[in-house]
Amino acid sequence: MKILIKNGYVYDPLNKIDGEIMDIAIENGKIVESVSGEVIEIDAKNMIVMPGGVDLHSHIAGSKVNAGRLLRPEDHYKDVEKKTNVKRSGVGHTIPSTFTTGYRYSEMGYTTVMEAATPPLKTRHTHEELNDMPMIDKACLSVLDNNWIVLDYLSKNELEKCAAFIGWILNAIKGYGIKIVNPGGVELWGWGKNVKTIDDQVPPFNITPREIIRGLCKVNKMLNLPHTIHLHTNNLGTPGNYRTLIESMKCVSDLSDGSIILHVTHVQFCGYKGYSWITLSSGADEIAKFVNENKYVTLDLGQIVFGDATTMTADGPFQYILYSLSKNKWINADVEAETSAGIVPYRFKKKNYVNAIQWSIGLELALLIKDPWRVFLTTDHPNAGLFTSYPKLIAWLMSNKAREKILKKVNKRAKSKMILPSLEREYSFYEIAIVTRAGTAKALGLKNKGHLGIGADADIAIYDINPKEIDPSKEYKKVRKAFRKAAYTIKDGKIVCKNGEIVENIFGRTYWVNVDIPKDLLISTISEVKEKFEEYYTVKMENYAIHENELLKSAPLKINSNL
Amino acid sequence: MKTINNVVCSFCGCLCDDIEVGIENNKIVKVKNACSLGISKFLNYDKHRILKPRIRKSNEFINVSLEEAIDECVEILSNASYPIIYGWSNTSNEALRIGVEIAELIGGVIDNTTSVCHGPTIIGVQDIGESTSTLGQVKNRADLIIYWGSNPLHAHPRHLSRYTALSKGRFVKTRKERKVIVVDVRKTATANIADIFIQIKPNSDYELLSALRYAVNNGEIEQDEVAGVPVEKIEELAEMMISCKFGALMFGLGLTMSPGKHRNIEAAIALVTDLNKYTKFVILPMRGHYNVTGANNVTCWITGYPFAVDFSKGYPYYNPGETTIADIIARGECDAALIVASDPISHLPIESAKKLSKIPIITIDPHETPTTKVSKVVIPSSYVGIECEGTAYRMDGVPLRLKKIVDPPDGIVSDEEILKMILSKLRGD
Repeated sequence: MKILIKNGYVYDPLNKIDGEIMDIAIENGKIVESVSGEVIEIDAKNMIVMPGGVDLHSHIAGSKVNAGRLLRPEDHYKDVEKKTNVKRSGVGHTIPSTFTTGYRYSEMGYTTVMEAATPPLKTRHTHEELNDMPMIDKACLSVLDNNWIVLDYLSKNELEKCAAFIGWILNAIKGYGIKIVNPGGVELWGWGKNVKTIDDQVPPFNITPREIIRGLCKVNKMLNLPHTIHLHTNNLGTPGNYRTLIESMKCVSDLSDGSIILHVTHVQFCGYKGYSWITLSSGADEIAKFVNENKYVTLDLGQIVFGDATTMTADGPFQYILYSLSKNKWINADVEAETSAGIVPYRFKKKNYVNAIQWSIGLELALLIKDPWRVFLTTDHPNAGLFTSYPKLIAWLMSNKAREKILKKVNKRAKSKMILPSLEREYSFYEIAIVTRAGTAKALGLKNKGHLGIGADADIAIYDINPKEIDPSKEYKKVRKAFRKAAYTIKDGKIVCKNGEIVENIFGRTYWVNVDIPKDLLISTISEVKEKFEEYYTVKMENYAIHENELLKSAPLKINSNL
Repeated sequence: MKTINNVVCSFCGCLCDDIEVGIENNKIVKVKNACSLGISKFLNYDKHRILKPRIRKSNEFINVSLEEAIDECVEILSNASYPIIYGWSNTSNEALRIGVEIAELIGGVIDNTTSVCHGPTIIGVQDIGESTSTLGQVKNRADLIIYWGSNPLHAHPRHLSRYTALSKGRFVKTRKERKVIVVDVRKTATANIADIFIQIKPNSDYELLSALRYAVNNGEIEQDEVAGVPVEKIEELAEMMISCKFGALMFGLGLTMSPGKHRNIEAAIALVTDLNKYTKFVILPMRGHYNVTGANNVTCWITGYPFAVDFSKGYPYYNPGETTIADIIARGECDAALIVASDPISHLPIESAKKLSKIPIITIDPHETPTTKVSKVVIPSSYVGIECEGTAYRMDGVPLRLKKIVDPPDGIVSDEEILKMILSKLRGD
């Protein structure tokens, strides 16, 4: 199929194109110089053309997400999707079923989504769900920081073997990158305990969170992975934790050669100043100052959206704290020798002091951090808000007026403590394109995504809004509406969504990294690991590995390691 | 003889994955590492097989081709106004994925055996959550192990040696380092190897769980005994629970299916949740069929609900008691049934079984069962984990890939392939 998108205002930040009127030609699923012959023409006059959205952190599939679905029938009743000639049926709200998740992303013009945290032992489950998630390309980050074999190697400072083992795991389970979740703390949660600082000891491994973060940062480099380490810090969701965040960012400062080496995720949840929930205030100023001065780190927001959410993370101890505070229903699910998971339904309320402060921190960070290439738009779906709220976030970033409207309704004491009312910055469409697609694709190392240059994947979103006529600052409602329902979503060169309605049900790829590890190192490491593996786990190493044919559309990225 | 290692046993929810199988001339001749149930399954799976698809015509079964049988299925399903699709816990996730799509397409109800088994467990979790873990956490860390209303030595024979009391973990290595408590109405085989056996009065689990929870939370119980157990014993148990380093409570149908049902499970979960104030404690259901956990998961990620999903409105709708098949059949509402890898005629309440036998039933199963005897159409399928591959989830949610180790009989294909043919014909592809 050949498509020509004509006369749209193109925003393609990776190619430095800022709202120029251009034609985009598509052939065989790729962007090409020009097309001729039988061509489908799309008239994008007075519309915005952007690369398809790329979400780098969202909990969409796997054992934890599905446990959340199971836990909350009350969440599904009010939001149902009927079967149509094109679409499978499903349920929505905070944790949509797999098909509905794919459709709802596509309807907003998103084409690639990263599942944010999957325990290696249960990754086969994650892939099964991703196989049932249409419309988008996807991949999953593997939780590796509390893995016993990794900890054993890091504590002995055997980094090469650690890297070889992690390379093997990513190949074996078809993972995309290294996720770190409350390093050391989650292992201690196996005994109902946690760490308090990044220098606490984690018995019996004789290691600290600082050493785990640094070790994995080095391993990530040795393996030459496309994405940096992806860090969920210690002390998440605890007053005063902005210090832990800054220390965690600082602890790898000497490891950068000028390039980006660390991604800290849902940073709103670790931006808290104060000594208790009563004295809570925003740490955004200090965090932004650090990030503005230190170019080796990227962040994503984890922006709060008022309303229902289902909090779910591998950070078991944090979820227990939230359960103790909220007394809502609580799932905990520990995974042997690897990690944990916790789930607590939660409702963020405007009049709640803490919730209002949390809401302001995310936006403050987005507005105080100068470089949009290093702070990305997420809600840590479905933790702080739902991915379907992204258009709302876009409006808040583009319009002071949209923010002021909320500020009028939030808790008054909270408002008096916020930095947000004093911030006047408003994002441009160009910056929105960076924080929702170009920047995220670049951070993930997905070279064919997030831009519209020749050879890029033809994943494109067209939004029915005229950037030259509209003033987003005043007419933010129109912006919100346009980003909620894409005029067109094109995936792999096919029109899959029109005026926010799915017109074709297609299945995207599952990316994973196929790291090339020197044979001798791999063989010696695996033979050393095998005995331990079968002592620590309850499955055989052979049965832990996932065959490529278990993935519906497998897309391995060949990586030459630096080992 | 060819030997295949690390075969996953597709019998019970333990999904032991260390089985060694010897094969000669496409026949299993030797089985190592499996329990007696597993050995019997591997050596006898080929007995009492159905080898030809058949249709019942005026009270007589006639062997037909697979295509004719599929046509008959499509005829029955497309003419039904409220069909039920049931079974699933003894087949692969891949088969169930197709089953859900068929249910959606024809506006039927899809339900799995959870409905008559651990359904109360799921409802309990939906009410208050649960603190749980994979079995490896129990193996590596647990110094207190409780089996409640469950007799694993008979039902899940290797559960103790692979995952709990008799396993060797990283932090807890021997039986001596673990305390084992069994709570049951009678002295079971498992009770015989426990450190403490608590014989509970039948149908009073809720009372004992509540009393334990009260004691754990420092309440003073004024009665002399609860559920036939002296208060001193209850206080001793509570103290053991609080002071362990890692406790695990594993429960079976003795808890889910005795009066109180999901309230029993809620009481057990609440006890375990409260214990996490003092120490680490988890709760795990002893799931029976090898892939009932997978059946819950697949149904849940496609529809949002783990069993009893009604598609008659065009979208998934769930209300146990209304959309569970035993109730639908009892109310006489369904007019056709597709049964996959299950034997509801044997397992349902007798009144429901009688009513079920009056409507056209399609059964897909490797074996003869009472259900095949009263079916209108019977299609034989290959054995998952022996004659074909597939994915299944262990009782704690760990997903495993089942292997194909021998060829199926001539002309016999998998549940997944049969269902795909039915789906494709129903769609008019």
